[in-house]
Amino acid sequence: MYQYDDYDRALVFERVAQFRDQVERFMAGALSEEEFLPLRLQNGLYMQKHAYMLRVAIPYGTLSARQMRTLASIARDYDRGYGHFTTRQNMQFNWIELAQVPDILERLAQVEMHAIQTSGNCVRNITTEAFAGVAADELIDPRPLAEILRQWSTINPEFLFLPRKFKIAICSAEHDRAAIMMHDIGLYLYRDAAGQMLLRVIVGGGLGRTPILGLQIREGLPWQHLLSYVEAVLRVYNRHGRRDNKYKARIKILVKALGIEAFAQEVEQEWQHLKDGPAQLTDVEYQRVASAFVPPAYEPLADTDLDFGTRLTENPAFARWVARNVQPHKVPGYASVVLSTKPGMASPPGDVTGAQMDAVADWSEQFGFGEIRIAHEQNIVLPDVPKADLYTLWCLACEHGLGCANVGLLTDIIACPGGDFCALANAKSIPIAQAIQARFDDLDYLHDLGDISLNISGCMNACGHHHIGNIGILGVDKNGSEWYQITLGGSQGKNSALGKVIGPSFSAAEVPQVIERIIATFVRYRESEELFVDTLQRIGLEPFKERVYPKSLEVVA
Amino acid sequence: MNNLLRLEEGVAFKVNDDPWTLVRDLENQLPTGPLILPLALWLIRRIEHHPSRDAVWLGPDDEVESLKPWLKLIPMIALEFPSFRDGRAYSQAYLLRTRLGWAGELRAIGDVLRDQLSHMRQCGFDAFAVREDKCAEDALKGLVGMSVHYGRSAIEPRPLFRRR
Repeated sequence: MYQYDDYDRALVFERVAQFRDQVERFMAGALSEEEFLPLRLQNGLYMQKHAYMLRVAIPYGTLSARQMRTLASIARDYDRGYGHFTTRQNMQFNWIELAQVPDILERLAQVEMHAIQTSGNCVRNITTEAFAGVAADELIDPRPLAEILRQWSTINPEFLFLPRKFKIAICSAEHDRAAIMMHDIGLYLYRDAAGQMLLRVIVGGGLGRTPILGLQIREGLPWQHLLSYVEAVLRVYNRHGRRDNKYKARIKILVKALGIEAFAQEVEQEWQHLKDGPAQLTDVEYQRVASAFVPPAYEPLADTDLDFGTRLTENPAFARWVARNVQPHKVPGYASVVLSTKPGMASPPGDVTGAQMDAVADWSEQFGFGEIRIAHEQNIVLPDVPKADLYTLWCLACEHGLGCANVGLLTDIIACPGGDFCALANAKSIPIAQAIQARFDDLDYLHDLGDISLNISGCMNACGHHHIGNIGILGVDKNGSEWYQITLGGSQGKNSALGKVIGPSFSAAEVPQVIERIIATFVRYRESEELFVDTLQRIGLEPFKERVYPKSLEVVA
Repeated sequence: MNNLLRLEEGVAFKVNDDPWTLVRDLENQLPTGPLILPLALWLIRRIEHHPSRDAVWLGPDDEVESLKPWLKLIPMIALEFPSFRDGRAYSQAYLLRTRLGWAGELRAIGDVLRDQLSHMRQCGFDAFAVREDKCAEDALKGLVGMSVHYGRSAIEPRPLFRRR
C-alpha cells in the first residue's frame, strides 16, 4: 500500500487544522451557511435528513487493517456503531455531530486517511476495481497511476470550483470492473506490442439525470502524459462547462453540446501547450509510487489443496460460497474473497458494524497481508487468501454475518442510502432492497438464476447506479408519495449498456411482485444456462412487459 | 477600492490608499481618477499605441485571449468572481500568467472571500479586493494556505514530484 511521506502527512494534518478553524468560525457565526457549504462539502461533510453525514475517502478502494480498525473506532465513538460502504468505494458515517468532525478527521489523518474532496464540485475520489493488483485477468496494476492522480487532484487550486462534480476511474483488466464508461473521465491502461504503457481516454460518461456512456477522446496516450492530458480536459471543462443549470453542468453535457470531435479538438489544442512540460510524469515518480504496490511476499503454494478439495465436495453450502464469492488470483494457491454486505433483512446493503470491521481487519492479517479492498458493488474484498484457509475464513464470515454466498446474484443488491437518510432522495431504497431480498431468500433458486445485477437509486442522482443494473429501480416522487420506476437491460463492463424503462411506475408494496414476474419471465424463456441479460437481449422487453402489466395489477399512469 | 489586500515579494498586506475605481455600470457618467473598465469600454477609451490610464476587468464569460493585443498598454487586470463558487477566474488567471505572460497586477474582484484566497494566490492573483462586508485583516489569514501543493500552479510551475 502507498505510505505517506512527510509531504502527504503535512498536507492532511494542515487540512484538518484549516477545517477545524472553519468549523469554529461557522459555529461562531463568522461564516454564513452559504459560505460554509462548499468548505464542508470539500471535506466530505453533507447535511442529511437527520444529521450530518461524513464521507471518508478510500482511495481506489484500498484499506489497511489499521485503517479499517480506525473506521470501526469512528463508527463506535462518533456514530451509531456502523458505517456504510458506497458505490464509489468510500465509507459514509450517517450520524455525525458537526463539532466532532475535526476530531474525526484528525483520527483519520493519523492513519493516513482523509475526507478531502469526497464531495463538492471538484475532482472526487479516484476509483479502480477492487481486484487491482491481484486479478487473474489484469494487464497492469492501475493503482500507481490512481495514486498519482489522487495526489495531483488533491487541493489543485484551479479545479476546486468546477461547474459540477468530477469523477475519474481507471482500470486495466480484460473485464472492466471499474465502470470506466460511466465516469467523467474513464482511463483504460494497457501495453502496446513494445511494452509501452498507454492510456485510452474516455470522456463524458455518467449516470444521474442524463445517463450517457462515455466516448473515446484519445487512444494510445503514453502514460507520461496522464496529468497534462487530464489537466487539459479539466481546463476546457472549467472554462466552458455550463454553470447556469445544475442538471446541465456535468462534462457529459458539454461533450454532447460540442460533439466529441469538437470537444477533442479543444482539449488537443489546450494540451499542445502542456505536453512535454513540467507536468510530464517521470520514471522516477512512477517508480517511487509503484514501489508501494509491489506484490506482497506470497508463499510458494500448490494450486490445489487437498483439504480445500475435500471441503468443497462434502459441504455444498461452502461450495456455493466458493462458486460465487471467491475469485481467481494471479498467484497459484491464492484466491480473492468477496465478503458480501448484503445478508438481506439483517442489514441494509453496504452497511457494516464496527465489530464486523474489526473482524475483517483481523482476517486480513490472519489470512492475508493486512490489506482490504472495497468494491464498487459495496462488498468487501480480502485480496490474498490462501486456498487452504478458505474454509476457516468462510466459517468466520458466516458467524459475523458476512458469509452470504450471493455475490453477483439477484440479492447482491447495489443501493444508495435512499430516503431513510438522504436529503435528496425521492424515495426510500433500503426497504425496497430488503423486501426483494426477503422475497428471494432461497439460495438454491438464486444460484440457478445465475448472474443478475439489481441496482436501486432513491432519486435521479443515481448513486445506486440503477441505469447499469440488469434490473434497475429508481425512486420517483409523484404528488408527494414514493413510486418506483423499473428499467431492464443495463449492464456494466466492456458491454456497458443503459437500461430501458419498462412502463409506468409502481408502489413500494408492488415492487417485490414485479421483480418476481420479471424473473418468472426470464425463467420461462431462458435457454439452458443462459444469463438474464442474454435472454433479455434475445427476446426483447415485450414478454417482460406483458407479464408485469396484466390488467389485474393496479398501475398508475 | 477599499478592503484591498496585496502580495509583494511573498508578503501580504492591506492597502489603504488604492486609487482605482471599479466601473460596472456603463450607463452613468464615468467617475474621475484611474478606472477599472469592462473590456468593451476600455477599447473605446484607449488611445492608439499609448499606454492606457485605465485598467480592464473581465467577467468569467470573457476570453482572456482577447486581451492579447493590448497587454502592453494595460496597467492592471482584474478578474471577477460573480460568486465565490464560480471557478472560471482561476483558469483565466492561470492562462494570463503562464500563457499570455501577464506580469502586472492581477486583481480578484467580486465575491472574494478569505477561504479561497490561497487558491487565488496559487493561480497567479496578487491583489484581492475582499468583499466589502468582510474584514480584510481577517482575510489576510486566508492567504497563507497550505505548505504542500501536489500539483503545479501559476506560481510554482513544477509539480511536487519534481520537487520531492
